[in-house]
Amino acid sequence: MKKFIASVMFALTASVMASGAAMANTGGVPLEKANVNIHDQSSLQVGAKYFANYCMGCHSLNFSRYNRVATDLGLTNEQVAKNLIFTRTDGEPTKVGELMKNGMSQKDSAEWFGAPPPDLSLTGRSRGPDWIYSYLKAFYVDKTRPMGVNNTVFANVGMPHVLWELQGLQEQECTKHGEGEHAVEHCALKTVTPGTMSAAEYDKVVRDITNFLTYVAEPAQLHRKSYGIFVLLFLGLFAVLAYFLKKEYWKDVH
Amino acid sequence: MAERHPHNYTGFLGWVEDRFPMMETWKAHLAEYYAPKNFNFWYFFGSLAMLVLVIQIVSGLFLAFHYKPDTTLAFASVEYIMRDVPSGWFIRYMHSTGASAFFIVVYLHMFRGLIYGSYKGKRELIWLIGMAIYLALMATAFMGYLLPWGQMSYWGAQVIINLFNTIPVIGEGLSTWIRGDFVLGDATLNRFFALHFFLPSLVLPALVFVHIVALHAVGSNNPDGVEIKKGPKGNRWSDTAPADGIPFHPYYSVKDILGVVVFLMGFFAILFFAPEGGGYFLEQPNFEPANALKTPLHIAPVWYFTPFYTVLRAIPDPFFGTLAMFSAIAVLFALPWIDRNPMKSWRYRNNAHKINLMLFAAVFLVLGWMGVEAVTPAFKELGTRMTQIYFLFFVVLWIHSNPAKAKYVMWFGILLGAVIAYDFIFRFTAGDSGATVQMIIQFIWPAAYLALTLLLPAFKASCNEEKPVPDRVTG
Ligand code: HEC
Ligand code: HEM
Repeated sequence: MKKFIASVMFALTASVMASGAAMANTGGVPLEKANVNIHDQSSLQVGAKYFANYCMGCHSLNFSRYNRVATDLGLTNEQVAKNLIFTRTDGEPTKVGELMKNGMSQKDSAEWFGAPPPDLSLTGRSRGPDWIYSYLKAFYVDKTRPMGVNNTVFANVGMPHVLWELQGLQEQECTKHGEGEHAVEHCALKTVTPGTMSAAEYDKVVRDITNFLTYVAEPAQLHRKSYGIFVLLFLGLFAVLAYFLKKEYWKDVH
Repeated sequence: MAERHPHNYTGFLGWVEDRFPMMETWKAHLAEYYAPKNFNFWYFFGSLAMLVLVIQIVSGLFLAFHYKPDTTLAFASVEYIMRDVPSGWFIRYMHSTGASAFFIVVYLHMFRGLIYGSYKGKRELIWLIGMAIYLALMATAFMGYLLPWGQMSYWGAQVIINLFNTIPVIGEGLSTWIRGDFVLGDATLNRFFALHFFLPSLVLPALVFVHIVALHAVGSNNPDGVEIKKGPKGNRWSDTAPADGIPFHPYYSVKDILGVVVFLMGFFAILFFAPEGGGYFLEQPNFEPANALKTPLHIAPVWYFTPFYTVLRAIPDPFFGTLAMFSAIAVLFALPWIDRNPMKSWRYRNNAHKINLMLFAAVFLVLGWMGVEAVTPAFKELGTRMTQIYFLFFVVLWIHSNPAKAKYVMWFGILLGAVIAYDFIFRFTAGDSGATVQMIIQFIWPAAYLALTLLLPAFKASCNEEKPVPDRVTG
């Protein structure tokens, strides 16, 4: 009897768990691991440069300041002014102390792309690095879309494939397995027009951009963990002390 | 006005003591407050709750220096704190981690009350004041969560405030009154900020104060549930104090310091290494600014509200769902009058009672888990079944009040019948075979729960046996 109850319980829990897991999988597209390292300064610098050149025309980083990026990425303010700032404020080149806004009007751009390009200051946290990395690799040619491209991670996206010259163009190829109702479609992206970069080079650029966006989403993470180690070491020592203090006081309680 | 006790303090202390009962208070509540000597792990959480309250008030104050309660500025002001205010990220993570830590500590503190029967023996008011603290805490956290004005802030508040709409006649007016506007907006954010400052810095400390005053008037309970004040008198410090009592200071002050340090290690480990708490302390969609035109795919309240959210979703009718949700909280107020067993601690009560409490804890956790998951037929049914057990628990607790005389089998029949009748009348829809299959399979949960807590003690004598409570505390 006990065994019977136990096996029913097990079956129930397992079925509940399985339906939960199945949900989680069908909900989103499988993402590739970005494997970014925010402590890799040269990767962050490359990412920042690509971001300024290819993305900032459309996407702002409204909560980030140029000079903070300079400090965190080991760049001088002059380097940042020369390589990252292409906008003007009141006729003057934007100063390094300013927020990384751009000149695009949200209203116009919403008309051009069907959706305004969102601010990307926090995308590293709201979507996560794996999502951004996979997204930037997942554009494919789709003549039915206004920009001529679609995206497997972000269906019917309004953004054009701005890095197409680097990556080349991909197409989606789907094969059907099985018959009738039980047929499953497997789709994969295939390069049809090569770009100026090899697949590995492109992955690296995309990883660097992702790395930069991950850093920008939370600059504090560059130092947060090292503070944490000190705090925990201190508390660890304190805990030992507190333990012996308690033991000493409680010696005479029986 | 009664005469004050004479004192022997001289110098500055004497000068103060003539004018203010400083040392008198110190003695009454710390140096000469005699607490049972057998407190265990579960007794850390009261002092920890006070620590977290202080953390929240101080970190909240520093946040308020820079925060702007305005729908166009709020989100940016929080990011300004995270990036431009020196150590701002640390202050914000103290506060966001502190909010979750508060609920972990308070839930454990409340469960302690349950297992040791700490609401008994003239301690009902302590429990009621504690429940008032819990309510104020929930209100505070709910309003605080709106302040960063992210997607989850906005849509979470939207869902909860709209619940009031379901109340007949006054509903619409009530929710408009709460929002201060017909829609969730600037007026709401502004008043939530004011209340989020007011409740924890004035109301909560006042409630904590009376909580402690009531506790110290009656005296602490302990893991044995033995009243030390009724036991023999006289210890090393005083001839009139309970023999099993020790002065709170220094014994429990040094012990609580150890608890505080261990707690802080866990707290700071999360704060520095995983401040998002796996997406449960700070939810991912909340890193997107509130957008009234874009409903998130999946709205889930913060983890500490999810058990009640599941109760809400367990009943499809919005008004009765809301009613069930508020009843799930309200019934906790009545606990001292539901559990009529004169024995306090579960140590000496029958095994069926212990099983009942452990299953209740498990059910509460599953309810919480269901609240963060998207609804599937299996999950929906599981949430409903756990909701049924949640409410059955209180009836079973009442039945366990007198194990020697309890009519277990009769009650098993009545309660199981009630579940079946409820399922048939309110939940069964002919034709929906998927839901019916789930309903039948998962009927095992309430059936097993009732069997374990009512049939086991009826047929297995060892599960119904109560042990004699010792005269003195053990250990
Ligand atoms: C020509 C303008 C344009 C440029 C240049 C551009 N984007 Fe976009 N991007 C958009 C638009 C428009 C959207 C919104 C798409 C939608 O909502 O359908 C978008 C969306 C995104 C998103 C999704 C954000 C979210 O959370 O929904 C990411 C990430 C992104 N872009 C990254 C980039 C990166 C990285 C670059 C530079 C390599 C870049 N974009 C360059 C227009 C642009
Ligand atoms: C019972 C104690 C308290 C609890 C449980 C609590 C809870 C919360 C929560 C859950 C948030 C949202 C966190 C986030 O997403 O970042 C928040 C934000 C906030 N709280 Fe509190 N709080 C408490 C006390 C206080 C006090 C006393 C103050 C002011 C003196 C305060 C000021 C703020 C401010 C300004 C914010 C917005 C900034 C932010 O979101 O980080 N809080 N609170």
